[in-house]
Amino acid sequence: MEIEIHVIHYLIISTVMMFCGIYGFFTRKNLLALLISAELMLNATNINFAVFNRYLFPDQLEGHFFSLFGIAIAAAETAVAIAIIINVYRNINKVLTDDISELKN
Amino acid sequence: MSLFEIAFYVVAICIIVFSVMAVTTSSILRSATYLLFVLLSTGGVYAILGYTFLSAVQLMVYAGGIIVLYVFSILLTRSSGTMKYRVGKGKMTSVLITTIVGMALVMFILTTNNFAHNIIPQGIELPVKQIGHALIGTEKYQFVLPFEVLSVLLLASMIGSIMIARRKR
Repeated sequence: MEIEIHVIHYLIISTVMMFCGIYGFFTRKNLLALLISAELMLNATNINFAVFNRYLFPDQLEGHFFSLFGIAIAAAETAVAIAIIINVYRNINKVLTDDISELKN
Repeated sequence: MSLFEIAFYVVAICIIVFSVMAVTTSSILRSATYLLFVLLSTGGVYAILGYTFLSAVQLMVYAGGIIVLYVFSILLTRSSGTMKYRVGKGKMTSVLITTIVGMALVMFILTTNNFAHNIIPQGIELPVKQIGHALIGTEKYQFVLPFEVLSVLLLASMIGSIMIARRKR
């Protein structure tokens, strides 16, 4: 018995998730909201890796391990980014992208 | 319609609705909660694909760890009042148009591409023994080197975030 879910359905949901992340990344101004949008994009790519591995190369495990390592790297990235954001907030009391402009010029 | 398909479509609708809501809601704590639902549904997608180990990792690392980190940092930075600042109306429309056109383009490419294998056998779970052998082996198609590099990366990022967030004295 086979599942009647075509590979295209998985790809459509990951596409919607990816472009939601891109939209949020361009429109938000809060740093933490930007980070949430980046998480959405990373998650969409992880789904794509797993789906392509499962459907096109079911005997191998490269995509599975790529998304496993991707999850770990996303965790590390989030930890460092949140540390930086908390440090910025402690120094200048602001978390908006427009206010953090001391490194310009 | 089998149970797998019903579960898949429920999860797919959850992902689409909650990821749209996560980027459009005006409260950041709600945005983090919707992100939690998206990550849980992604774990469900992995489980439906047969990658139950990956699903468990997703639930533990993302839904268990990262969301807690987000909620704590949202509360620490008092950023709930800052969500009303958005980009201007002109930039908002241009971003919306760009996103929709890009999504339509990607959807068009996906739907006109004929994939070789459209369906997979049902209920076949990837055994954890195979994952363990592939993760600790040193031969071709085995992954001990990225595993170790990743552990060093996690250690470095842990030390780095402690050093960054530490109070200067």
